[in-house]
Amino acid sequence: MGKKKEARYTILALIALAILVYFAQNNLDDYKLRILNISAIYVTLGVSLNLIFGFTGQFSLGHAGFMAIGAYVTTLLVLPPWYKEMIFIIKPLIWPFTIIQAPFLIALIISGIFAAGAALLIGLPVLRLKGDYLGIATLGFAEIIRIIANNIPQVTNGALGIKGIPEFTNLYWSVGVAIFTIYIVRGLISSSYGRALMAIRENEIAAEAIGVNLTYHKVMSFTLSAFFAGVAGGLFACLISTIDPKAFMFTMSYNILLVVVLGGMGSITGTVLAAFFYNFFLEYLRSVEAGFSIGPLTIPEIPGLRMVTFSILLLLVIIFRQQGLLGGWEFSWSRLINIIKKIFFHQRATEGGNG
Amino acid sequence: MEEKKELLFLDHITMKFGGLVAVNNFYLKLLPGELVGLIGPNGAGKTTVFNMITGIYTPTLNRIYFQGKDITGLRPDLIAKIGIARTFQNIRLMVNLSVLDNVMIGFHLHLQSNLTSAIFKLPGYMQEEKNIYHKSLELLKQVELEEFKMEKAGSLPYGQQRKLEIVRALATQPKLLLLDEPAAGMNPQETKELMDFILKIQKDFDLTILLIEHDMKVVMGICRRIIVMDYGITIAEGNPAEIQRNPEVIKAYLGVEANYA
Ligand SMILES: Nc1ncnc2c1ncn2[C@@H]1O[C@H](COP(=O)(O)OP(=O)(O)OP(=O)(O)O)[C@@H](O)[C@H]1O
Ligand SMILES: [Mg+2]
Repeated sequence: MGKKKEARYTILALIALAILVYFAQNNLDDYKLRILNISAIYVTLGVSLNLIFGFTGQFSLGHAGFMAIGAYVTTLLVLPPWYKEMIFIIKPLIWPFTIIQAPFLIALIISGIFAAGAALLIGLPVLRLKGDYLGIATLGFAEIIRIIANNIPQVTNGALGIKGIPEFTNLYWSVGVAIFTIYIVRGLISSSYGRALMAIRENEIAAEAIGVNLTYHKVMSFTLSAFFAGVAGGLFACLISTIDPKAFMFTMSYNILLVVVLGGMGSITGTVLAAFFYNFFLEYLRSVEAGFSIGPLTIPEIPGLRMVTFSILLLLVIIFRQQGLLGGWEFSWSRLINIIKKIFFHQRATEGGNG
Repeated sequence: MEEKKELLFLDHITMKFGGLVAVNNFYLKLLPGELVGLIGPNGAGKTTVFNMITGIYTPTLNRIYFQGKDITGLRPDLIAKIGIARTFQNIRLMVNLSVLDNVMIGFHLHLQSNLTSAIFKLPGYMQEEKNIYHKSLELLKQVELEEFKMEKAGSLPYGQQRKLEIVRALATQPKLLLLDEPAAGMNPQETKELMDFILKIQKDFDLTILLIEHDMKVVMGICRRIIVMDYGITIAEGNPAEIQRNPEVIKAYLGVEANYA
């Protein structure tokens, strides 16, 4: 199938998705919308983590930290000054937050830029080193961000957190950002720069020997990854309308990692599927966890069931299918059509997908 | 002042690892267009010489010049950029990427387009990508790997992986090519083809080649000049005939064989 045809199918699918999103946004109840929004935000988080971890091979545990930065920046920008002055009770809010206010879109972009700036600060010294130091460094970084958030009440309102954040995030925003993220990451991965990133993942010494500047490419990938995590943090804040430092604990980074590993490192398609699967299944388990009865049989409350289930799932994947659900497999229309042909028409696939 | 024509000049370089002197006072001038063999028993220090030239190690003593410029300790990717490419004794391919991608990556260092035009697939970038694609196919044709272009590099048989690694090095458009035991693990037929291939690329790409090889048929067959190392020291230098009857060389190799006997 030609590139033009692939593009045409993609545009049609996007239009269909837009219609679907429109109906979902206008017809579903708040609870369902919330799960869909969270799932879409997880797509952004997962795809961005996949960029640095799955495609570039640099283990990063800092996504919660970048999210936190994005969440606080967005919050401080979208809230009106009078409201901020009112709720900052531990210590008064400092300038310039007392006077500035920005539209949601601008706030999200600035959030991404701040998160990317933080990534640059960690990445430049750490990614220069040979070896897997990024994991440890980012883990420390995310903790530090959380502790700072706790300890600068003049910016974050400390442990009290910030409530009453306007709920700007709807499906248009969350799905729109997810699609934008996929578009950019896919564009990068399918380019010469993307090949360089995967070369680094595959064999750092060989990549460097054929002229790939390791530090530049790693830092670029890490910074871009953090940018999207920051934007996702902003979306998250304006979805749940309340943020405090506890929202960005290590488990948050772990959950995103789980989505990437489940879906398949180096597969954007896998991450998208896993992001929805994770959040839907999580909600299902929530009802199981709360206890239920089937006829006379009553299953009692099982606290922590969700975490245990997902941790077991992760272990199973690591043991039996290291490449994740889809491995490095990537969706394309020609591949989909080939599969359909194989299943329904028992035809031999004639075209190898190369989109 | 004496005019320096040589492409590569290793000015008595020494590499120590702790107490071990892996390479001692190594001297080499490579003239453009030469194909020089570097031989010696296991552990003689041959690969270490390559690692110093390509910036993986910085010599403990003295300096390396390429086209008259001091390149001692330059980062490996910058070494590649100025025109020195290599293969590895233990093949280093991107095994999970396609054969084609392995070659296309070799062109990345000369890419003109910036990140933005690459992500958004702007016309300038697309033109470059197209050129890279066609040049890569052209290179793959030369080693008869074109039909495997979509296979994973790791799925190729050993001999073909070696060829792919050479082709990937060629993609960086080097002036100097360093080959570390390219015939290792090849059968006699493949070895024969490899010798022809090395001579062919030397001519076609106007290359200067430094070749480490244990297979004497290869070295004696295609190198006019051979350098022999043992325990980090150059023990002999000359044309194949001279090397074959050099008593030092015979001693070094017999000593090794005696150990294995
Ligand atoms: N990074 C290192 N650290 C310590 N010792 C090293 C290092 N690299 C090489 N050596 C030692 O230096 C000596 C020369 O090694 P080198 O790999 O250059 O030998 P070689 O001539 O390529 O041998 P072979 O034919 O087996 O490939 C050996 O004794 C080796 O153990
Ligand atoms: Mg060696």
